[in-house]
Amino acid sequence: MNQAPNRSSVSLRGVEIAYGPVRVLDRLDLEVAQSEFLVLLGPSGCGKSTLLNAIAGLTEVDSGEIWIGGRNVTWEEPKDRGIAMVFQSYALYPRMSVRKNMSFGLEVSGMKRPDVQRRVTEAAAILQITELLDRKPSELSGGQRQRVAIGRALVRDAGVFLFDEPLSNLDAQLRAELRTEIKRLHARLGATMIFVTHDQIEALTLADRIAVMRDRRIQQLGTPHDVYMRPANKFVATFVGSPAMSFLSGHITEGRVFETSTLRLDLSGYAFTAPPSVGMPVDLGIRPEHVVLAPGEAAAIPARVELVEPMGSDLLAWTRIGEAALTVRLSAETPVAPGDILPLMFSTRRLNLFDAQGERL
Amino acid sequence: MSTPRASRHPSGRRPKRLSPSRVGLYAFLLITALFFLTPLYVMLVTSLKPMAEIRLGNIMSLPAAPTLDAWTTAWSRACTGLSCNGISAGFWNSIRILVPSVIVSIMVGATTGYAMSFWRPRGAKLLFAALMVVAFIPYQVFIYPLVRIFSQVGIANSLAGIVLVHTVFGLPTMTLLFRNHFASLPLELFKAARVDGAGFWRIFLQIMMPMAVPIAVVAVILQVTGIWNDFILGLVFAGRDNLPMTVQLNNVVNTTQGERTYNVDMAATLLTALVPLCVYFVSGRWFVRGIAAGAVKG
Ligand SMILES: Nc1ncnc2c1ncn2[C@@H]1O[C@H](COP(=O)(O)OP(=O)(O)OP(=O)(O)O)[C@@H](O)[C@H]1O
Ligand SMILES: [Mg+2]
Repeated sequence: MNQAPNRSSVSLRGVEIAYGPVRVLDRLDLEVAQSEFLVLLGPSGCGKSTLLNAIAGLTEVDSGEIWIGGRNVTWEEPKDRGIAMVFQSYALYPRMSVRKNMSFGLEVSGMKRPDVQRRVTEAAAILQITELLDRKPSELSGGQRQRVAIGRALVRDAGVFLFDEPLSNLDAQLRAELRTEIKRLHARLGATMIFVTHDQIEALTLADRIAVMRDRRIQQLGTPHDVYMRPANKFVATFVGSPAMSFLSGHITEGRVFETSTLRLDLSGYAFTAPPSVGMPVDLGIRPEHVVLAPGEAAAIPARVELVEPMGSDLLAWTRIGEAALTVRLSAETPVAPGDILPLMFSTRRLNLFDAQGERL
Repeated sequence: MSTPRASRHPSGRRPKRLSPSRVGLYAFLLITALFFLTPLYVMLVTSLKPMAEIRLGNIMSLPAAPTLDAWTTAWSRACTGLSCNGISAGFWNSIRILVPSVIVSIMVGATTGYAMSFWRPRGAKLLFAALMVVAFIPYQVFIYPLVRIFSQVGIANSLAGIVLVHTVFGLPTMTLLFRNHFASLPLELFKAARVDGAGFWRIFLQIMMPMAVPIAVVAVILQVTGIWNDFILGLVFAGRDNLPMTVQLNNVVNTTQGERTYNVDMAATLLTALVPLCVYFVSGRWFVRGIAAGAVKG
């Protein structure tokens, strides 16, 4: 269990799934590399669980193929796919002890008793649940239950671990604790992990790559940095980041200048993916921390403060430029009160421009 | 300045609990109990009286000289039609019908309920709907066709035939009972078991059934009382050698040569009612516990 003998890549090729007339996944392609930690992030009902169940073999695909570890497993049983899975509701067998919960799958597979015992003991030690082994699930706290569920996945020694929102039933502190635990486990095992969540903090902290999903499709697939700094469209820009990105509506004028009724902004430092046409309407997206205070600067844009939220380490100022709302993250010591006018500057490189369809420019 | 403190022990008179609505409730319960207990009382005292005392006509009076003669007669000597061996034969027939019918019908119902809620084969919904519709059709409708089919297949008038009939007629209720229970369990439990490599029967027997014990108890109670009390199906399908106790009871009561032996009739009736009665007494606590266990999760 310490060496990682089987790390599998996962590959989905044109996978389609429909529940009756409702199509949930639409010709979906996804490549997950060996030992990668991939997070599926998206709002409720976007098909994350469906996708995960398809990889696990718990939901049949209508068309397309699923490959795990270089094998086409599209029509194989879950147990033959070399996967382990952890569920949101823990899904522990209520009438079995923790030990039995963890050994059940191994016993089903016909493994010899001493080997089963060894694996269970080892996994329990890793997850620090050794003293819980003889309890029933009903005698455990939520965090302990999820540890056991992870332990049950761990003993399977699978090449791919699938997590379906494993932390969303836990309170904030436990959630953070188990999050780091899972990250540590990934480093230790080197197994491929696919982790479903609608919590962007989990996604950003855990992932090697994030797949942001909405409406049956993957909207963007990239590193957390990519997804955060260069969102592929307005949906991803809004969904990732807290507080959310602010948007100013305007248009492009001669000489790559962004213009609204109240401000003009030189975009010469912006990395356009395609040359913009003059006069096209665009939305300018700005993250709260990419705004800087620039007192005395002639080009500074004046913003009126409406509300101040101290966050401990820093503070958030909810401001308006004309009618447009803009959230600004400032250091905690900044003397600012509602009604103040702040002189603001944006770092052009870190801006995000979206066309009328919401696609990144 | 001293701060006021709440006293540690309750003091003063216990508050009165006997409000008018309570009195009404108790009155209602008392009347209901009397309504159901009076006939039982009459049966019991009559069964303990000799005929001479019964002829006096006071049905409410306690027996002057209680005797169990009527009970032994009913059990082993009363005439059912031509033979005069009491209803003991009927008792054993009923047991022989009851045991396999209860076991088979619950096993089949639990399995179909399980399959429907977790494996969801194609057409399961349709099948379930059909089952429910059929459950509402008076079963007398099916009797004649079934008699024809059974005699074709060669299981007319046999133990196998009556067990099959009870299983089939119990199927809608049993399936519904177990399906509803399994549908209330998280689907992820089933998925976890599939990932663990357990198949149809292993998931059913090792994971789902241990969680369904309270429901199984309810099912046993329903089936035991239902099948024991059955009359028409036993009469039609069991055959002359296997007639259940209810049918025998009817024969005892209706076989009259000369004077009607009320005490024997009453004793035979009470004997027949004994099994469901025992089921309720023994399982009452379980029944409540089962329902309570279903109410609290985990
Ligand atoms: N068994 C089913 N029958 C019909 N529709 C279903 C079924 N399961 C899921 N759906 C639908 O498919 C869509 C995707 O569901 P899925 O469970 O994959 O979403 P999700 O992204 O996991 O959401 P959540 O974050 O709430 O768990 C939803 O719109 C849902 O209503
Ligand atoms: Mg889900």
